[in-house]
Amino acid sequence: MAPHDLRRPFKRAAISDQQRRRELSLQRQAQHRRDAQHQARCLASFLNPHSDPEPEPEPETTSETEPEPSDSPKELDIRHASKLKGAEARKWFARQLMLPEWMIDVPDQLPKDWYVFARPAGKRCFVVSSNGTTVSRLRNGSMLHHFPSALPSGARTKDSSGSAQSYSILDCIFHESDQTYYVIDMVCWREYSLYDCTAEFRFFWLSSKLAETGACDPPSQYHRYRFSPVPVYNCDQAGLSAAYTGAVPYVKDGLLFYNKHAHYQTGNTPLALVWKDENCSQYVIDTDSKGQVPSQQQVVLELQDNGNLSTSDDPPVVFGCLDRAFIEQTESRSGNLLRFAIGDGGLNFVDGKLEKADLHYLGKPNRARAFADSYSKVMFQYMARHSPLRIDDLLASINSLSDQENKPSDVEMVG
Amino acid sequence: MERSYIMKMVCETAISKEVEIRQVAFECLVSIASTYYEKLEPYMQALFELTSNAVKGDEEAVALQAIEFWSSICDEEIELQEYENPESGDSEPPNSHFIEKALSSLVPMLLETLLKQEEDQDQDDSIWNLSMAGGTCLGLVARTVGDAIVPLVMPFIEANISKPDWHCREAATYAFGSILEGPTIDKLTPLVHAGLDFMLKAMKDENNHVRDTTAWTLSRIFELLHCPASGFSVISSENIRQVLSVLMESINDTPNVAEKVCGAIYYLAQGYEDAVPSSSLLTPFLTEIITYLIRTADRTDGGDSKLRSSAYETLNEVIRCSNVVETSRIIEHLLPVIMNKLEQTLQLQIVSTDDREKQGDLQASLCGVLQVIIQKLSSTDETKSIILQEADKIMTLFLRVFACRSSTVHEEAMLAIGALAYACGPNFENYMREFYPYLEMGLQNFEEYQVCSITVGVVGDICRALDDKVLQFCDGIMKHLLNDLGSNELHRSVKPPIFSCFGDIALAIGEHFERYVSYAVTAMQQASQICAQIDLNDEEFMEYGNQLRRSIFEAYSGILQGFKNSKPEVMLPYAAHLLQFIELVFLDRQRDESVTKAAVAVMGDLADALGPNTKLLFRDRAFYIEFLGECLQSDDEQLKETATWTQGMIGRVMVS
Repeated sequence: MAPHDLRRPFKRAAISDQQRRRELSLQRQAQHRRDAQHQARCLASFLNPHSDPEPEPEPETTSETEPEPSDSPKELDIRHASKLKGAEARKWFARQLMLPEWMIDVPDQLPKDWYVFARPAGKRCFVVSSNGTTVSRLRNGSMLHHFPSALPSGARTKDSSGSAQSYSILDCIFHESDQTYYVIDMVCWREYSLYDCTAEFRFFWLSSKLAETGACDPPSQYHRYRFSPVPVYNCDQAGLSAAYTGAVPYVKDGLLFYNKHAHYQTGNTPLALVWKDENCSQYVIDTDSKGQVPSQQQVVLELQDNGNLSTSDDPPVVFGCLDRAFIEQTESRSGNLLRFAIGDGGLNFVDGKLEKADLHYLGKPNRARAFADSYSKVMFQYMARHSPLRIDDLLASINSLSDQENKPSDVEMVG
Repeated sequence: MERSYIMKMVCETAISKEVEIRQVAFECLVSIASTYYEKLEPYMQALFELTSNAVKGDEEAVALQAIEFWSSICDEEIELQEYENPESGDSEPPNSHFIEKALSSLVPMLLETLLKQEEDQDQDDSIWNLSMAGGTCLGLVARTVGDAIVPLVMPFIEANISKPDWHCREAATYAFGSILEGPTIDKLTPLVHAGLDFMLKAMKDENNHVRDTTAWTLSRIFELLHCPASGFSVISSENIRQVLSVLMESINDTPNVAEKVCGAIYYLAQGYEDAVPSSSLLTPFLTEIITYLIRTADRTDGGDSKLRSSAYETLNEVIRCSNVVETSRIIEHLLPVIMNKLEQTLQLQIVSTDDREKQGDLQASLCGVLQVIIQKLSSTDETKSIILQEADKIMTLFLRVFACRSSTVHEEAMLAIGALAYACGPNFENYMREFYPYLEMGLQNFEEYQVCSITVGVVGDICRALDDKVLQFCDGIMKHLLNDLGSNELHRSVKPPIFSCFGDIALAIGEHFERYVSYAVTAMQQASQICAQIDLNDEEFMEYGNQLRRSIFEAYSGILQGFKNSKPEVMLPYAAHLLQFIELVFLDRQRDESVTKAAVAVMGDLADALGPNTKLLFRDRAFYIEFLGECLQSDDEQLKETATWTQGMIGRVMVS
């Protein structure tokens, strides 16, 4: 019988990281290989094969003047942001998108106060044009494309209207199969900030300004990707039906509802809502990492100091509470994200408030997760499994409103 | 029945009169513990008594095996805990929690052993005695049971840490250091905060063993309880000055203590990796730390080169983890110092093979430092110019080191050259004529396969640096790479990097890859046959299979993208085989995520490069739809992104 291997010398492990240097080198090389191949993929697929490959536009290095002081801090912020590069830009952009909540009940006054449009399937991104070049950045801030475009100051052309300093920021979804940026919102146009404008105004501005730049034209040498507005409807019976069933040149991924009076608010907001069903989205019910729909709904919640399990909302919604023994047993700490299945007991409500949830601990989520689920996300998924909010429900709610409106109303007189 | 009989016999033998027989009997129990863990339950009471008697009273050789028995039980239970996975629902081997059950008697028994140190144990690396085995086992017990060990050990530490007898002080310190991994941060933080001052003072203890163990305990504290990036650390702006002044003073202690102090600095620096802005805490002290580390590396009183290499490795970590924006000036000043030292090794008088070996070791350490400096300074555009200015001199030095021909140096210098090529970009061409012979040597070094593997990686770096200017060297490089693939002598782990390297070359030289394509793709096709025959039960081989598949896909990706703009038709004859291989990989449910990524990417490359020519192929192999669906639903953003791109590429082909 072979004697047991000698124990590793617990106290005298030599400090040697030659192996680590090898591994770091390999990682570095692998990363560079990925970058090189990725670049080959992007460059080649988007260059026009019939023209000479044009050199990549240079990063914005020309005429860097200090931004002029501005009265509005937000204004300064954007002006500054349009010049950010690298990690700084990533950080800034990661926080700037307006993120819709999930629709778990039908807002009052849909036809009066809301727009609806079919969300294109694809990558949500910010597109910034300034100083003769255009850059798109994904939700996490990483760069998607860097290209010339017909947006204001979006390419180095002689006939560019407006000053070279001018910049614009659009909220877009990049739709891969037709290589088009669908513009779903306008944040800034020729240095004019639209953050504090209502959606009504922003959509009006978007529809009137975008086309006049030529950004909606087919790609050309100084305009590598087509931009396109999406058809936006008043959320009345006809509008909702059009958004839901109407033909669009893109693959739909649910419907977006925007409150007409809401400003462009970064982060999660209940004034923009997303809704999906099988007819207008490929993926309604969440799948697990293997692409399967798990038999029980899974939620990710954050553990609080007092043992409460809460959502990412502000203020957080509490879904349950862990006792100390269980916390210790799972070696969890305050701030940890934990994954649970919702058991057969489901979610119980008293007076519309969550009273009790039948949670079963599964483990810790994928490390890439940064936030717990939002309340609306959990609820939408829960309803999708049990009693989904159907398109008919939305239509019915609009109908009941229009019925009411046919009656004389005193309330409106007061307003 | 038979099992009980065997166990009875082993246990009886364990109390035989002959020491050697008792020792072998316990060795046997150690093997049983790791092989038949799940069958041990009925015998544990008897085994506990047997082992604890042996630990307390038997000869050392027997007692060591008795402790080893418990260490093995810990190993088993730690592994079971790691695999305990509430999601899988598989029936897993049960965890009997023997350690937890025996804890209250086991811990005192182990603490007793800590007091049985030998006088010179820290001077000789080959010593393995009761106190070391006991401390090691205590550390494993802590990892097995976590918080529960703390109240059992703290009274021992408190009772002994200030006693006049050094054995007691050392044992108490060793116990403290041993239980720092396992219990929760919350449990340990107050204890360590309270103990840190004491430890710092104990670095001046009159006894060398106590200082040695104290320095080791400090390094454990910094390794485990100093993690600013995660928001907890025993180091603060209030105490960092005091901590460092103690470490700087103690690094001048005897070599064994100095080496442990290097370890403490190593982990102190490591904690600040990616921890901007906390890393700024270390910046004001950086020059001093570097000075002390270099002085330590220069010491001549260490019996062997261990202290020197510890000092250099620690220097590397300090540089690697520093905040580059704040420290680039300091690192810039360090560069000529290290280059100077490397230059000096070239002038050493070499009389014996021993001299040659010492020179090689020293060059390895210094090339290591240079590699880290090059990588650190070339990581930002602002500091890269420092490397570019010195590149000529650095490269000349590396070439002279190669000329000394010692394989360890060869490897470290090669690693450093890869980093330099990346930093230099196209300008690296200037060095290629002189460097190329060594590159060939590296690619032919079958014996030291690590060297070969690293050289293959450097070829990739050079391709990305030189782009199409690498063409003039490609005939030679490809010849060696194909030879390497065909060799049975070469370790198999080098083969996947070679395939990836084909992709790097093809991407760099584009259409000029045509002359190699039939050789390269034939080798890739052969390797894909091997992948198809992989035994799913052989874990090690499966891992190899994953690497191989990923690298074959990377090769195809590079080649397809390389040909795309000029001669995509070259790849047409190979398209069907490739798609078939992708399908085979798709059908393997156990494939690694990295393989999935590479497979999806190459599918898009195929559609992208060959265009409408692939329409029929894709139509006949509809698996790609399911495959893309799977990827699009992944949690991995990168995979989703690649899959979306591929979907777009195939979509374009299908509507064409």
